[in-house]
Amino acid sequence: MPGQTLYDKLWSQHLVKERDDGTALIYIDRHLLHEVTSPQAFEGLRLAGRRPWRLDANLATPDHNVPTTLLERAEGNAGIKDPVSLIQVQTLDDNCESFGIEEFRINDPRQGIVHVVGPEQGATLPGMTVVCGDSHTATHGAFAALSHGIGTSEVEHVLATQCLLAQKMKNMQVRVEGELGEGVTAKDVVLAIIGRIGTAGGTGYAIEFAGSAIRGLSMEGRMTVCNMAIEAGARVGLIAVDDTTIDYLRDRHYAPRGEQWEAAVADWRNLVSDADAEFDKVVTLDAAEIEPQVSWGTSPEMVTGIGGEVPDPADAEDDTTRTGITRALEYMGLAPKQKITDIRLDKVFIGSCTNSRIEDLRAAAKVAKGHKVADSIALAMVVPGSGVVKRQAEEEGLDRIFIDAGFEWREPGCSMCLAMNADKLGAGEHCASTSNRNFEGRQGYGGRTHLVSPAMAAAAAIAGHFVDVRHFDAEAQEA
Amino acid sequence: MQKFERLDGLVAPLDRANVDTDLIIPKQFLKSIKRSGFGVNLFDELRYLDEGQPGQDVSGRPLNPDFVLNQPRYQGASILLARQNFGCGSSREHAPWALADYGFRVVIAPSFADIFYNNAFKNGILLIKLSEAEVDRLFEEVAANEGYRLDVDLEQQRVITPSGEVLEFEVDAFRKHCLLEGLDDIGITLQDEDAIHAFEKRHRAERPWLFREA
Repeated sequence: MPGQTLYDKLWSQHLVKERDDGTALIYIDRHLLHEVTSPQAFEGLRLAGRRPWRLDANLATPDHNVPTTLLERAEGNAGIKDPVSLIQVQTLDDNCESFGIEEFRINDPRQGIVHVVGPEQGATLPGMTVVCGDSHTATHGAFAALSHGIGTSEVEHVLATQCLLAQKMKNMQVRVEGELGEGVTAKDVVLAIIGRIGTAGGTGYAIEFAGSAIRGLSMEGRMTVCNMAIEAGARVGLIAVDDTTIDYLRDRHYAPRGEQWEAAVADWRNLVSDADAEFDKVVTLDAAEIEPQVSWGTSPEMVTGIGGEVPDPADAEDDTTRTGITRALEYMGLAPKQKITDIRLDKVFIGSCTNSRIEDLRAAAKVAKGHKVADSIALAMVVPGSGVVKRQAEEEGLDRIFIDAGFEWREPGCSMCLAMNADKLGAGEHCASTSNRNFEGRQGYGGRTHLVSPAMAAAAAIAGHFVDVRHFDAEAQEA
Repeated sequence: MQKFERLDGLVAPLDRANVDTDLIIPKQFLKSIKRSGFGVNLFDELRYLDEGQPGQDVSGRPLNPDFVLNQPRYQGASILLARQNFGCGSSREHAPWALADYGFRVVIAPSFADIFYNNAFKNGILLIKLSEAEVDRLFEEVAANEGYRLDVDLEQQRVITPSGEVLEFEVDAFRKHCLLEGLDDIGITLQDEDAIHAFEKRHRAERPWLFREA
């Protein structure tokens, strides 16, 4: 019998019951909640007269709707000008209070994007099952936690039963071997992977990211990679436990201590795929070949290297692809064969559950330091992922670097990743964004999103158009 | 949940791959704390020529005449014919809520995104995967025949075309059972309450650090 993959191990450790019809009951260790996908679930509980199964498994924070200017945030919930957003945040507060669920409210120093908050508080631990009514729950797989997004009916199901009905996925391994070039980041790795396997390439699979380039990433980088597994169609992204994982978790607020820490670490060391484990599919990328990535279209798979150009629909291999490219170019206002470095930007957004952690902000600040945002850029904003990230960045002086360069330094939240608050693109505006989705209208009605790494976003802010961050200083001097 | 047994319905074609959930229901409508009322904003950015706002009366909004659901021949459609990877992107259940509220009970496509697939069945929507070739042919037939309907029989797992051709489809037994009976799966899971308690007790003993109030 072949060995087990990491996913197989996590699955069997949480299997409550297998049914004859092929579905299984899976136990859920951690349930993260935010204001957008939970109100109808709480309402469902109330209507059915049910209580949460296990309160301490749940942790909530508002993130999607919260405003990000200091002025608005100073007023707490009252600073949310959109009355519909206010009701949603208030409803989360009320539900958490009445059901007894721990919540980091809008101005709690620990508040932030739920996928930044969970790991930094140690609420996400290796070997857990983690779910949240948000597809970017895949992020937590960076800790070898079986994590995925769920819909609101499932939020209610987890609240009521501490379980989910699930079917076992297939196993895919994506190996990135070798060393990443200077200036090439986790974001470029995952965009390159999506470019390779496509936006539905991982559908039905749990993807384990492996190989020396993945091992070489920090936890922040690993979270960026797993975060976007869903953009390759996979609900689950995973990375095996190693010293990097364990070092990150030591002394985090909810992490175990003392003897229990030692026992946990010993257990976590097993959270790797066995050497003889068999994957249903294996994809290998050469790290050295990955250059900084920029998306040009309206699906994350529509991506290329900074040295590349926008494709010509005439070169497409089939009709569906050709129609897709043609429609994307029309929406994006780009011409076939246009050079990526010729794309001019109107706004720059550094933030989101993909790229708003301390390492992301450091990378962007390193590029921005001593430079100025181009006059042609209407708005360049940095939105830290959490209050904890914000404070740390301020202690390191990163806020000053950004402010001096002409960036706005904001309060934590999802912000312009999906524009549910006031931060959004105007119609036709091009944005260099460190977020995860370039869908039509995602960052604002008619807005045009280009997905990039934090360093590439910072460089684009200063140049006013995309530039290769690997040769950035030279270009800035020429300008 | 509304039962689904058999449906003879008008088919509307949405000829576009990778239809994401932002396209199905844009984010500004996710601010609602209700489950209903999303139908008027289904495919909002394709359907109207202006930017929609939550709670807005849509009767005065300019319609996009080119969009399929605005064409007279597709009014009253309850079956949506779509392309590969339908429902990709976010986990928002507002997407199936909007489809169902509009009146769709069936979506036929070569493939669906995983989270959307789960969400749709929990809201009484049957998702049917057919081969690329079968879907291609249905697109052609819908375009060529005004008033084109399909007869969808979940019990028999068959789609029957107007010419009597039978297309068989797969659906897993549990989802089929829940749809046919209109069952709430929380109730089904709670029938296993004892098994959950037993698992939890063992899990807590083996890995106490997973429980914050250990």
